[in-house]
Amino acid sequence: MGSVIERIKRGHFWTFHGGIHPPEQKFLTTDKPIRAVSIPEQLILPLQQHIGISADLQVNVGDKVLKGQALTKSTHPMAVPIHAPTSGTITAIKNAVIAHPSGLSELCLFITPDGEDRWRERKICTDLAKLTDNDLIDKISSAGISGMGGAGFPTQVKVSTHEKIKFLIINAAECEPYITADDLLIREHSPSILDGINILDSILSPEHILIGIEDNKPEAIKVLQQTTANNEKIQVCVLPTKYPTGGEKQLIQILTGQEVPAGVLPSSLGIVMQNIATCFAIADAVINDIPLIKRVVTVSGQALQKPQNVWSLLGTPVGYLLEQCGYPNKDKKHIIMGGPMMGYSLPTDQVPVVKTTNCILAPSEIEISSPYSTGTREVECIRCGQCSDVCPAQLLPQELQWSAKAKDHQQLNKLNLFDCIECGACAYVCPSQIPLVNYYRIAKSEIRQQTQLDIKAEHAKVRFEARKERLTRDKIAREEKQRAAAAARKARMNSGTTEAKSEMSAVAQALARVKAKKAQTKVQAPINQETPTANVAQKSQVAAAIARAKAKKLAAQQNIAVEKTILVDQNTDTSKPAVDKKAKIAAAVAKAKARKFADKAHVKNVNVDDKPIDDKVEQVSNTEKTLVDKKAKIAAAVAKAKARKLAEQQAKLAATPSNEITNEKPKSEST
Amino acid sequence: MAFWIASSPHNHIKSETSAIMRLVIYATIPGIFAQWYFFGWGNIIHISLAIITALVAEFTILSLRERNIKAQLFDGSGILTAVLIGISIPAIAPWWISVIGAAFAIIIVKQLYGGLGHNPFNPAMAGYVMLLISFPLQMTSWQPPLELMALPLSFVDTLSVIIGGFTIDGYSVEQLRTHIDGYTMATPLDTVKTNLTMGLTIAESMENPVIGENFGLGWEWINAGFLLGGLFLLAKKAISWATPLSFLSSLFVCSLIAFLFSQDSNASTMFHWFNGACMLGAFFILTDPVSGATSIKGRIVFGALAGFLVFIIRKYGGYPDAVAFAVLICNMAAPLIDQYTRPRTYGHNVSSNKAGNE
Amino acid sequence: MTTLMAIIVLGSMALLFGAILGFASVKFHVEGDPLAEQVDALLPQTQCGQCGYPGCKPYAEAVANGEAINKCAPGGEDTIKKIADLMGVEPPPLDENHDTDNSPTVAFIIEEDCIGCTKCIQACPVDAILGTTKQMHTIIADECTGCDLCVEPCPVDCIVMIPIAKTPQNWQWDLNNIPVVQLD
Repeated sequence: MGSVIERIKRGHFWTFHGGIHPPEQKFLTTDKPIRAVSIPEQLILPLQQHIGISADLQVNVGDKVLKGQALTKSTHPMAVPIHAPTSGTITAIKNAVIAHPSGLSELCLFITPDGEDRWRERKICTDLAKLTDNDLIDKISSAGISGMGGAGFPTQVKVSTHEKIKFLIINAAECEPYITADDLLIREHSPSILDGINILDSILSPEHILIGIEDNKPEAIKVLQQTTANNEKIQVCVLPTKYPTGGEKQLIQILTGQEVPAGVLPSSLGIVMQNIATCFAIADAVINDIPLIKRVVTVSGQALQKPQNVWSLLGTPVGYLLEQCGYPNKDKKHIIMGGPMMGYSLPTDQVPVVKTTNCILAPSEIEISSPYSTGTREVECIRCGQCSDVCPAQLLPQELQWSAKAKDHQQLNKLNLFDCIECGACAYVCPSQIPLVNYYRIAKSEIRQQTQLDIKAEHAKVRFEARKERLTRDKIAREEKQRAAAAARKARMNSGTTEAKSEMSAVAQALARVKAKKAQTKVQAPINQETPTANVAQKSQVAAAIARAKAKKLAAQQNIAVEKTILVDQNTDTSKPAVDKKAKIAAAVAKAKARKFADKAHVKNVNVDDKPIDDKVEQVSNTEKTLVDKKAKIAAAVAKAKARKLAEQQAKLAATPSNEITNEKPKSEST
Repeated sequence: MAFWIASSPHNHIKSETSAIMRLVIYATIPGIFAQWYFFGWGNIIHISLAIITALVAEFTILSLRERNIKAQLFDGSGILTAVLIGISIPAIAPWWISVIGAAFAIIIVKQLYGGLGHNPFNPAMAGYVMLLISFPLQMTSWQPPLELMALPLSFVDTLSVIIGGFTIDGYSVEQLRTHIDGYTMATPLDTVKTNLTMGLTIAESMENPVIGENFGLGWEWINAGFLLGGLFLLAKKAISWATPLSFLSSLFVCSLIAFLFSQDSNASTMFHWFNGACMLGAFFILTDPVSGATSIKGRIVFGALAGFLVFIIRKYGGYPDAVAFAVLICNMAAPLIDQYTRPRTYGHNVSSNKAGNE
Repeated sequence: MTTLMAIIVLGSMALLFGAILGFASVKFHVEGDPLAEQVDALLPQTQCGQCGYPGCKPYAEAVANGEAINKCAPGGEDTIKKIADLMGVEPPPLDENHDTDNSPTVAFIIEEDCIGCTKCIQACPVDAILGTTKQMHTIIADECTGCDLCVEPCPVDCIVMIPIAKTPQNWQWDLNNIPVVQLD
């Protein structure tokens, strides 16, 4: 391990495969100090600004909030809270376009600042030594700090690792063209950054702290070297400029010569990496009790009159910052959030600055007339292999591209598509101007989706199979029960006891009854009160359900034929009380609602139930007439329920006699 | 006003396929100049014929395939194929040789496989091999360098012999190939091969006037011209260094071993390097990215295989030169080579704690 | 004599090789998934029954026995293509009785209308509906396959199929359809 440090001290580093040297264009902003911009008229704060899940909302529309007040809260480690960047009023909580390449909307808080910029109560920490590691992590967590380099991984998760840490790497490489936010932050706030690094040092207690910085920032390097001069643990590592040195995996490879194995976090190698801006935010949060509410944003590009780094409150719309930096009104706006290599185009300038926004780029058309803007200049791949020469992950971009076009997911996985860090080096050098990265991103999202679907399908299959099994099991159990019951009865009847005899006679009676019932076809058979109630009570619920189902059918048929007359009677009966208009409406609604559920017979049942409806209706007229609709609905539902009950009762009545027969001969002619 | 959506990366190195193709075409100029100097106008006439044929053929096929004609016709790849065919055929071959060759290369070898980027074989070499097998007489009618020729050969004479088979003065191709001393000439490679079968040693073959002072009168300069063009391409990073280097080293090593084994029956290493289509193959044909291997490792294997095959075919094969055959065989092997030379992806199969043990 | 020898030699060689081949085919027999299993693995498992079979597995078995492969509406063109690849046939277009729109949906119960009849519970092939008699029902969205079998039995029409919303998490980099703000 000592050898790594010796090597670094000698100024020798490892290197990663490939890499490119795009025009740096940092001169646009590197010579101007960070400017503080005024508070915009409105701040838009997306609830989720990092990788993970959003925390729970703590405020409501109309609430007055103070600067630094937590707006969301959660105990989940992957949920990071957001804070009010200034004092003001919550004017809306609604979906708005968030800082995401999709341009989709998600839940955002809209704050109208009151201009007073009033702080909540702050507890400034004067003695860091008093704080335990847990206190520090708590402070980092409640300050809502997530990685400020680009991905936005919650910082408290990174720092609360239990692995033994050998290297804490501070990423100040800033390898993307144009961006100088970290450069300027180092130059202006290196003491705070050092404080942040010391805090991380005390939490993680690594063996060495390495600050990786590209050699195109001489002033920042000087400042860092001066600031850290009397700290033996910290090494400022000046690295040759090459894109993408600032990639986590690449920087680890350069500094330690180790590769992070696929699918493993760097902490398993004893390495933790933090962005240098995150260190500043940690110091601010722990010492000054300032949560993450502002950050340095490079506003650059040749379309701007005054490109500069600015201190931007989170939630500031991009358009406001551009305006501050002199953005002329052009016909075709191309605004990129992030650098030119990995940033994404914005669909509107109302997108807010979030925790991960390090750059807003407004290039002139000559400056970046990317072939991918028009998408028409793509020609066939000639397999020149330049893409695989520059790929920092040592993938084969040309083969990935073919498989992505063919949607060959298996082959894509075999070619390790998911090791692609989307740095864009391949597409940058492609002479056929193929938007390779976009193909990979589409393929990745398709594979992710497909995996989700596959899991879901497998799950659905399991549940379906389980349900089928349950149904067959129930059926078998039911049949088994019936068979057992029948066998038991037979055994009892044949046992020759008096009980058996009576039972036998009961069966005989029942058979006789059935015969009698069959004989009386015109009128519904009166229910024989002598039905052995014991038997009925013994009936299993399953049997009852079967009976009900059968009875329903029976009732439906009988009702049509037999009870037409009753229907007429009932109608004449119920027409006697004056049915007012509301009742009619109620009945109509009920009818409509019940249409699918009830057949003709059931419609009759509704009429049978006119009386209860009338009761309800009376209540209705007694109370409020404006609520007629709702009441009618309730009435209808009640009517329906009653109707069903009635139908069931009728069905039961009709079916009871045939039940015993059903038990003995499951397929009797009970209908 | 509208916002403009694009995929990252938003900037680009601003290179184009057609620019690379153009560069490669320019790089053939020194070699073509040497051909013109030693063998007259023949190859330039054939190159022009082939280019016209290639453009017509490509235009026809592209319009049949309903492709973007303007972009694909002038991407330079078809013209490059035609140039390479024009360079490789004998200067006084009849006109239809280059026409058939270019048409075959473009229509069958390139477009029917799906156009640029999809052809498994190098179109120029596939066209050349087709011609060599189909028209062996015309394709081996190599004339001697101008200074050894018994008859004068002006531009008009060349044109006439290419179109009609006879010069203005009525000499046939066969007569043109006759040496001042009255016997038919062959290429240096052919001469050596024939002499070996006749029982002569290499040293004796080297006495042949067609060899000249070094390795082959005229041929050495043509190869030097292509070497120069190739180095230019390497300097411009238009081609990968791996293939030519491994090809030339492989040929060097193979011929050196053979030469050390028996100096009488094996030509020298430099004789192999500066004869036939060696340099053309090394820098202009094997480096064709479409039909070659893609990774650096793959390219080294690809070049080495080609060098070995060139030596073997030159030594034991029925044809005097071997580059075209070697290229086609390597083209066939390219997907397999690619399959087995995939680079190790970052973070996969990491030998544990490599750095820590250093 | 020569002819006889030739016949004998060739015949015995044929026998020998035949025996070797026969032995190899028994010895190295690879027990592949039965076709129905493979087809079943490709089906989306919505268990919707739109193909006319009670579930995906029965349809997979039917396909293995020669049923048309273009009856899976939720799977759509993709699934047809995959089955066609597996069976080695040309992918036919989706059966015209089905909607071509197979964008994923999930069922949703309008809870204030639900009367607690349990009919949807009985219809759900994957037990994704919670509720009991006279109690309001609800759908476990994560378990719902979007088969819409529960829509039909509902007596009060309180079940609707709602399309699954596009979120930044499931967005598929469709850069051409980003809602770009048009300014004047």
